Amino acid sequence: MADLYTVNKSPFEKNSLEDAIRFSSEGASILLIEDGVYGAMAGTAVSDLVAGATGRKFYALRADLKARGIAEDRLIDGVELVDYAGFVDLVVNHDKVQAWL
Amino acid sequence: MKLAVQVNEGPYQHQATDSAYHFTKAALEKGHEVFRVFFYHDGVLNGTRLTTPPQDDRNIVNRWVELAEKYDLDLVLCVAAAQRRGIVDDGEAERNGKDATNIAPKFRISGLGQLIEAAIQCDRLVVFGD
Repeated sequence: MADLYTVNKSPFEKNSLEDAIRFSSEGASILLIEDGVYGAMAGTAVSDLVAGATGRKFYALRADLKARGIAEDRLIDGVELVDYAGFVDLVVNHDKVQAWL
Repeated sequence: MKLAVQVNEGPYQHQATDSAYHFTKAALEKGHEVFRVFFYHDGVLNGTRLTTPPQDDRNIVNRWVELAEKYDLDLVLCVAAAQRRGIVDDGEAERNGKDATNIAPKFRISGLGQLIEAAIQCDRLVVFGD
């Protein structure tokens, strides 16, 4: 089974989202948490990077989107929202978890 | 599934400690085993019982303690990180000649071997930090 990466930095502050996408293998999942959820927004300088990352599945933590006032209708198509229980399920359902700190 | 959690940041400074708490709680509520929560670097500041946040703010330390009491969690502070930051239990107070202790209940101070053991024993290690 595939790897799970967690990204907790805003893509407008650090390159960690870009790096996670570049170094991940086909079939990997990338979970955006904390300031990382800014990477899930549509119509930004990095949204093409996320939308164009074929073979990667993107998730974002709903509580962290809400805490930052990002409405769910402003997200890139295909980004799946999870709560903390969903975060746990992602960890369980992937072979490895790597925090892209 | 058997999980381990690592926390690298202090409370009230970075969201890592909140994320780690909510993740750990959700895992326990789903019936998974959390073998250990290891607090490293500034993360050891999660383990002082002297923390007194305003009443309308969350008490991050007590929240860990309550979770540990409910699920018998093993909360471990890295000894070198704790010594640097003045987190002291009875053993450390005696060893280093300190006049007080401040470790919160349910927390214990131990070495990095505890992190390695958790990584080996567990199916997944989930890291929260900056």
